[in-house]
Amino acid sequence: MKFDTPAGTNPIDTMKVIGQAVDRVDGKLKTTGQAPYAYEHGEIPGKPAYGYIIGAAIAKGRIAAMNTAEAKRMPGVLAIVSAENAQPLGKGSMNTAKLLGGPVVEHYHQAVAVVVAESFEQARSAANAVRIEYERGAGRFDLVKEKPGAQPLTGNDADTHTGDFAGAFASAPVQVDQTYTTPDQNHAMMEPFATIAWWDADALSVWTSNQMIAWNKRELAATFKLPPEKVHVRSPFIGGGFGGKLFLRADAVMAALGAKACGRPVKIAMPRPLMLNNATHRPATIQRIRLGATRDGKLTAIGHESWSGDLPGGGPESATQQTKLLYAGANRLTALRLAELDLPEANAMRAPGEAPGLMALEIAIDEMAEKLGMDPVKFRVLNDTQVDPEHPERPFSQRNLVRCLEEGADRFGWNRRSAKPAQMREGRWLIGMGVAAAFRNNINMTSAARVRLAGDGVVTVETDMTDIGTGSYTIIAQTAAEMMGLPVEKVRVKLGDSSFPASAGSGGQWGANSATSGVYAACAKLRDMAAQSLGMDPASAEFSDGRVRAGNRSAALAEAAKAGELVAEETMQWGDLGKKFQQSTFGAHFVEVAVDSYTGETRVRRMLAVCAAGRILNPKTARSQVIGAMTMGVGGALMEELAVDKRFGFFVNHDLAGYEVPVHADIPHQDVVFLDEADDKVSPMKAKGVGELGLCGVGAAVANAVYNATGVRVRDYPITLHKYLAKLPAIA
Amino acid sequence: MAQQPPAMAVTFKVNGKAQALMLDTRTTLLDALRDHIGLMGTKKGCDHGQCGACTVLVNGTRINSCLSLAVMHEGDAVTTIEGLGTPEQLHPMQAAFVKHDGFQCGYCTPGQICSAVAVLEEIRAGIPSHVQGDVGTAPEMSLPEMRERMSGNICRCGAYSNIAEAMAEVAGVRIAETHGAQSDAGAEA
Amino acid sequence: MKAFTYERARTPAAAAAAVAGNKGAKFIAGGTNLLDLMKLEIETPTHLVDVQDLGLDRIEETKEGGLRIGTLVSNTALAADRRVRKDYGVLTRAIVAGASGQLRNKATTGGNLLQRTRCPYFYDTNQACNKRKPGSGCAAIGGFSRQLGVIGTSDSCIATHPSDMAIALRVLDAAVETVDASGKARSIVIGEFHRLPGNTPHLENVLQPGELITAVTLPKPIGGRHFYHKVRDRASYAFALVSVAAVLNEDGSGRAAFGGVAPRPWRVEAADAQMRSGAGAVAKTAFAEARPTHENAFKVALAERTLAALIAENRA
Repeated sequence: MKFDTPAGTNPIDTMKVIGQAVDRVDGKLKTTGQAPYAYEHGEIPGKPAYGYIIGAAIAKGRIAAMNTAEAKRMPGVLAIVSAENAQPLGKGSMNTAKLLGGPVVEHYHQAVAVVVAESFEQARSAANAVRIEYERGAGRFDLVKEKPGAQPLTGNDADTHTGDFAGAFASAPVQVDQTYTTPDQNHAMMEPFATIAWWDADALSVWTSNQMIAWNKRELAATFKLPPEKVHVRSPFIGGGFGGKLFLRADAVMAALGAKACGRPVKIAMPRPLMLNNATHRPATIQRIRLGATRDGKLTAIGHESWSGDLPGGGPESATQQTKLLYAGANRLTALRLAELDLPEANAMRAPGEAPGLMALEIAIDEMAEKLGMDPVKFRVLNDTQVDPEHPERPFSQRNLVRCLEEGADRFGWNRRSAKPAQMREGRWLIGMGVAAAFRNNINMTSAARVRLAGDGVVTVETDMTDIGTGSYTIIAQTAAEMMGLPVEKVRVKLGDSSFPASAGSGGQWGANSATSGVYAACAKLRDMAAQSLGMDPASAEFSDGRVRAGNRSAALAEAAKAGELVAEETMQWGDLGKKFQQSTFGAHFVEVAVDSYTGETRVRRMLAVCAAGRILNPKTARSQVIGAMTMGVGGALMEELAVDKRFGFFVNHDLAGYEVPVHADIPHQDVVFLDEADDKVSPMKAKGVGELGLCGVGAAVANAVYNATGVRVRDYPITLHKYLAKLPAIA
Repeated sequence: MAQQPPAMAVTFKVNGKAQALMLDTRTTLLDALRDHIGLMGTKKGCDHGQCGACTVLVNGTRINSCLSLAVMHEGDAVTTIEGLGTPEQLHPMQAAFVKHDGFQCGYCTPGQICSAVAVLEEIRAGIPSHVQGDVGTAPEMSLPEMRERMSGNICRCGAYSNIAEAMAEVAGVRIAETHGAQSDAGAEA
Repeated sequence: MKAFTYERARTPAAAAAAVAGNKGAKFIAGGTNLLDLMKLEIETPTHLVDVQDLGLDRIEETKEGGLRIGTLVSNTALAADRRVRKDYGVLTRAIVAGASGQLRNKATTGGNLLQRTRCPYFYDTNQACNKRKPGSGCAAIGGFSRQLGVIGTSDSCIATHPSDMAIALRVLDAAVETVDASGKARSIVIGEFHRLPGNTPHLENVLQPGELITAVTLPKPIGGRHFYHKVRDRASYAFALVSVAAVLNEDGSGRAAFGGVAPRPWRVEAADAQMRSGAGAVAKTAFAEARPTHENAFKVALAERTLAALIAENRA
């Protein structure tokens, strides 16, 4: 099925199941500990052995010698695999550094060997007995130092110029020209990278924890030089990803190497202290933003440049993405520059580009509003656009940013905010409110599904889509239920298996809309088959309450499969509506903070997000996506930072005690409002994503609230107290 | 052949059922539950006491099972998430988590639920906390108390707000009241 | 984790003897720090002597009118004790500001005092660390040092002691009771229990090999209002940037100890004498010898401001 014209009325519009706050269909499994994650599957051929990964002790250089003699003699040790004795590996297209390093070391904690033993304790102990000598090479670890040599990019990351930015900025009566920085960040998903791998002759099977099954299969095949059909990837439950599990990682490669070496299934969970340097991270950025405005508050010049770094051959953090589209203004400039760094591999983390980009842009907008003496909500409303500012012939498919801002301001009590900072006090606490716009594009990805109607009337959906906590199981069940006129209980959903049709996978907040559209397409086909089986006209058949009706005839849906199971498989593909219309999601974040005037400690007291993201498929799970993203946004604003040791080239705070993410006590009650929308240009579901939107702008809203509370503007994230302590009001 | 590592016998109860194990002394209670008894509901998130995913109840008290050796638990009674309830018969806390969507990926969830059950008991038992104005008095059954006491259980999906509401329901705390109390940074001295 | 043998001791003296007679042996009580470090092979005992059966898990009144806290009393039980809450509130407050509920349920009084530093370079066995491997150097100096010490440090080591409980014990002038393999008991005042690093940062306290902590004693109640304020980047479950334990009197006099700043609980009695002159005067004396790094210089000002907050609260 190809979606190339705006959706008309379709069965989803019934919204008997879709749009309802259905409890997660996998909720009982997850809350009772019965949902199996990668490391936990018992369905494997034989007793597993345990692998333990050894990470490189240097950031750059070579392994001079690896002595495994002592380790090999240790009890229970079955195999030690390193680049010295591993089969020659290919490299997938999506990783920058090799997943098995050595003798060349490309980054700190790059996997250089795996020890396999009868038990976890034996493998861990033997891994510590492998003696490795290194020759340390010179590396580049400091983005500030490498910034002058950073290079421009091409394609989607090329510079954009609209009008005459330089001239308009120079002549603007009101200007902001500031530089902001965001640090390296880690996904810190709760389930570590984990895989059980085994070989059956030349076929490789894995239970793993991965967001993108089809990518994983392809990359495993490339790495082990196998035809893709020889690779079976399963990942039915995933303990969080946030982009960290988009790609094949060392756990799967090392488990497969270990399994080959010892002829048994091998299970590996990557030790947490290894994960933060071994795996990918969101790279740090330096962002310069220049805004020019008229005295009455119209933006005339918008310039956003961003610098980030990655290993040679890597990519940039596209922090300027939203600046191309968020506000009106005739004269514009965006530019990305990429420096080479020898830190661990940079890559996507939840809302790549927009998350750090809005952290900077939405402070700059706050600064401009203040210079203009305008309310920051009104300033944003005044500079709204309904067309792509770089290509004014392209309207937005639907854009309700203004409503998000105005309705949010109303609900939040924004009128109680003092425009002048550092005016509101409660005892020793300084109180402030901040706002930021949220923006993230809608992306559609090809997505396929297979649906089966059995004689008992149960519909089973099979797709390799993943549920990383996003609620895929539930919204897919709702989609199939709506399409087939069934209650959710009559739908079974099977996910995360590479033997199922390839879906969009989970990333870029495209999963919900794309994967349910694939299920929609397959169900449309199944409806036709069911109607035909019942001798009804597919075009006029209606499916509801477990029955099919056409004209004056009616039959139970189950009847259609009486003679045998009906199976329909279909792929949703996308036309050019995404080119004709700019498809994006919008929101407004409001935050109230209290800052201790003595110690500088910041506490978030209230949070509200108002989101406009098309049809909300399940308000319960969608709301959870947004509050979770808001929580991550508080982390990014106030505490999260991978601390770089610029001498030795590694992230120093590489565990969950050192890399602080928010805990329960950091997060107040959170309010989320979804505007009632349905976007007919994006898909038959008329839905867009919310999982990344919820994060976009939160950091800046917190930052602006801290400024409003204290009068101290911090432009370097995270906003930790040492950056403003000295500028707080004097103490008694 | 290398010398085998020291192994020891240990017996304890898990979810009411006696377990007699012969274990490498290095085996943590967490790995004993997962790899030797086959109860995979208790999760390994960090293995260093930094996340709380491995929380279980030992003799009714919550601990991080990753930072305890199995051989130290001779004669103990361990309750894991599997011992609280089943999909067919959920514990009230499990049911409340489902109702309030107090989880997303589900990986920290067993630890959160074990902790949540214990936290309500700890408040009832009068164990003091960091957010009390006066530690000489009994703590209140309130959302700020729950949030502080749950802080050893990290949820990167960020379900905290929903978890608090699930706990409030089980504790019989009216949510509307306690939302007001959330603004305590500023009111509290 | 290296392989080890395990035994449960039946008496304190037997436990001390078991460790004293075996160079690779260590006591284990709660295990929350030791096992963490053993997994990383920062600690590599070959034999563990479990002391959980020694019966040292009671809190008793002393004839001097204070309390004797058995070494195995859990952090939770100690914080929750009625007498501690009433007369030694700073101790309850300090304990509940530390770690998490789960960890406090397992962590013991003696073990808390023996916690090792959380310096990230100590924790990463690829990095040089004089504390972990004497003579190997200190990668923390010149590295990421925001969390590390500002005073009492040396050219060999700038790590801090991570305990919250110990800061309160220092302000209360507690003492540590021990027994050795011969059954000989002694009492060590808390201010002399932890050592400064000098050029031997691997020696963290004055215990002799095999010497077992049996109890911590508190002198009779000192009155005053009790405060413990811990400043950190997140609201809970994090080590202190700076913490202040203070007992303040109505007349403005009092005493204070600082955490998160030094290799041991940092208290300068001469600084206490300045309390009525305000936080600035106290901090000036207490931190006169501070030698922070460029990343943690803020801790000195933060310590002063945190104490100022408590003084203001005491006045209010």
